[in-house]
Amino acid sequence: MSRKLEFDIFRYNPQEKSSVPHMQTFVLDETENMTLFIALNRLREEQDPGLIFDFCCRAGICGACAMVVNGRPGLACQTKTIDLPTRITLLPLPVFKLIGDLSVDTGVWFRDMYQTTESWVHTHKVFEDSAIEERMENDVAEQIYELERCIECGCCVSACGTARLRDDFIGAAALNRIARFVVDPRDQRTDRDYFEIIGNDEGIFGCMGLLGCEDVCPKNLPLQNQLGFLRRKMGITAIKEIFRK
Amino acid sequence: MQTYYSDLLVIGAGLAGERVAVEAAQEGFDVICLSIVPARRSHSSAAQGGMQAALGNCVKGEGDSVDVHFGDTVRGSDWGCDQEVARLFADAAPIEMRRLAHWGVPWNRVVPGKSFYFKGGEKFDKEEKEEKRGLITARSFGGTAKWRTCYTSDGTGHAVMCTMDNRCAQLGITVLDRKEAISLIHDGDTCTGAVVRCLRTGELEVYLSKSTAICTGGFGRIYKATTNAVICDGGGHIIAHDTGVVPIGNPEAIQFHPTGIVPTDILVTEGCRGDGGTLLDVNEERFMNIYEPEKAELASRDVVSRWMTHHMREGKGVKSAYGEHLWLDIRHLGDKHISTKLREVDEICKNFLNVDPRTQLIPVRPTQHYTMAGVRTNKDGAVYGLKGLFSAGEAACWDMHGFNRLGGNSLAETVVAGGIIGVKIVEFLKGYETQFKTDVIADAVRKQEERMHNLAHKTNGTENVYRVREELQEALMQGCFVFRSDPGLKTCIETLKGTLEKARKVGLVSNGVGANHEMAAALKIVGQVKLGLCIAQAALVRTESRGSHNREDFTERNDRDWLKRTLAYWPEGNDMPELKYEEVTPVYEIPPGDRGYGAGKIIEADKAEIEAKMIKR
Repeated sequence: MSRKLEFDIFRYNPQEKSSVPHMQTFVLDETENMTLFIALNRLREEQDPGLIFDFCCRAGICGACAMVVNGRPGLACQTKTIDLPTRITLLPLPVFKLIGDLSVDTGVWFRDMYQTTESWVHTHKVFEDSAIEERMENDVAEQIYELERCIECGCCVSACGTARLRDDFIGAAALNRIARFVVDPRDQRTDRDYFEIIGNDEGIFGCMGLLGCEDVCPKNLPLQNQLGFLRRKMGITAIKEIFRK
Repeated sequence: MQTYYSDLLVIGAGLAGERVAVEAAQEGFDVICLSIVPARRSHSSAAQGGMQAALGNCVKGEGDSVDVHFGDTVRGSDWGCDQEVARLFADAAPIEMRRLAHWGVPWNRVVPGKSFYFKGGEKFDKEEKEEKRGLITARSFGGTAKWRTCYTSDGTGHAVMCTMDNRCAQLGITVLDRKEAISLIHDGDTCTGAVVRCLRTGELEVYLSKSTAICTGGFGRIYKATTNAVICDGGGHIIAHDTGVVPIGNPEAIQFHPTGIVPTDILVTEGCRGDGGTLLDVNEERFMNIYEPEKAELASRDVVSRWMTHHMREGKGVKSAYGEHLWLDIRHLGDKHISTKLREVDEICKNFLNVDPRTQLIPVRPTQHYTMAGVRTNKDGAVYGLKGLFSAGEAACWDMHGFNRLGGNSLAETVVAGGIIGVKIVEFLKGYETQFKTDVIADAVRKQEERMHNLAHKTNGTENVYRVREELQEALMQGCFVFRSDPGLKTCIETLKGTLEKARKVGLVSNGVGANHEMAAALKIVGQVKLGLCIAQAALVRTESRGSHNREDFTERNDRDWLKRTLAYWPEGNDMPELKYEEVTPVYEIPPGDRGYGAGKIIEADKAEIEAKMIKR
């Protein structure tokens, strides 16, 4: 016999004058291979069409549906109800601005991050149509891709102690982004250039080392290693700066 | 009401949209990109496989050239493509791949030395050359003569999307997410922007522009079983089609993918079969080698999808609570291969099926996958019917895919077409002046306000939008899927006529305030049903089988009568589309012939007519 699932869902629509933040309970029969994607869509289509949440790829590769599931940030699409108890609490990600119910504004946050980290290859080389491509070792390409797998779901940011304390902390996703360009030989920025961006408390030195970011990353990115890698690199750069003066 | 101005308004910020935007921004034009989700969530990022371009760097790609790529594309299209367009595409693809490398894409590279690969479950050796070390490598994909598909592990779309979005950030392009265009602003002759619903607040905004580009991807979501993201719902097609003057090209050309997982229809990449995965039936026996001895699992998608459906009809399917399916077997590829080259597949199996592909079989069935149909443009990407309106990528029927798209050609098309059409938009913008007519703008806004008001207040009726959508999806699955026939299509059309009536009477259950999803769904339901009717009607009239359009009652490809492209118009007030036709290609480099795989009988075209349009290169 299938289980009866009880969903406690955070409700608040900032666009509606009479709306106040509260929790609402929905009941749903569990079906085989049910994920939160299936469950939430059924709730919206059958019980409350006003329910606000985001899904896009529904396949764990776009990051749209991050939310706090029973206290832990994760992707709703790849959360199987069979792995959860019958009582399921769903909350929007903290840190990001709330759009409504379970939907938060990660888009604006991440676009700001691109500008802060200057998230592009910095090079003086000019592309020529007729020239053959510049060579690169395959190992290096794979190393870059390893760090580029971030889907910008925002789980790491919402699980970050520092980000909860201060609005200007750039978070693990941004530090991982910097690491991606550090390992890319096409990017001509020096350690000093990177230091200008992340060599401060808003950047690498603000991290308290709680490592919630890596614990909740749905893509299992090596965020912890990148933090260590960048902190060493930036520490050395800082010492060099002292002696230069 | 907020009003924004730009030289170019791009609707959709996936790979095609952003590539177009980059081209215009590089030339100094002011560009705004709108997207219903943050750009990197676009469906482009879900493409795992790769991008075709004839670089010929890897040893199995030796001897490849833009001509061979062109030939594969034309044959793959079942001679349904515009050969001028296929030529533009094949020629530009290698340059575009190198440009992407320059911008930051971490393409996999040639590693010299011996290695092995699988084909049809058998192991083969190959040796890459030292002189090619570090150049962009390629993998094998169905329907191609050479290994030509450039890739980044199994996240090609994601990696290229990151780079393209970075490029937009670098150029300072305004990319706005959670914005949905719900109607074009036009006077029946010229397009001057769009009315947009903000998906944060639910408010309407006006975007005025000298040129507008629709790059909103496919409309797979009008089918029940689709690999497409939930955002691929035809929004861009609908606003263009709604003008009454813009046709949908080849609506009957819809591609089905052989390997959607059961039950969620999430795609597992063709790379599985490219790398040597096999399809098994209920007895865990291979069957594709029986039907297609030469290519087996590597035959084109429509062919594999059909044989799978056929095999299940023969009683060889696996019964399940979600209907019948078959098995995909990649167990023999081994842990290392699965955990690196097919990691996404590994994750999909684990996260959505509780299956370990190293030891267990993956349940798969054919699923709607790609929309060759689209907003009809000429070879410059200019949309038929409205000046200043362009389209690129899957949203467009630029028509390099004809009636079947080859794997790896769509992701490549996004950036290659984006580049080519971006240049054409720049040419258009140079020296172009337009007029923003206040009455046209006010009228467009008033119409949308009225629609939203009527939906929220149930003025037209109380039909439930989700029920109506389900009726549409089911009807298309029944009558317009892998196999099509006269009675099935007629039933489908009759059903959809009723569905259209219901769609026009939708009223919201919720109040529709703010970032309300029901409102978004309701605003496009009429347009979606119209798209469904275009597919069914065009499929009924096309009495032949070509590419993915497969008529059980007309099994031959009929070049004598059907070397033409469907144009489906929907004039205001009509209850059915008006179908017109145009010639399929202005010139031939390759005369219609055998596709080389899965071919049925061909009724030949008039030889003199073809000869008259042949060109030599």
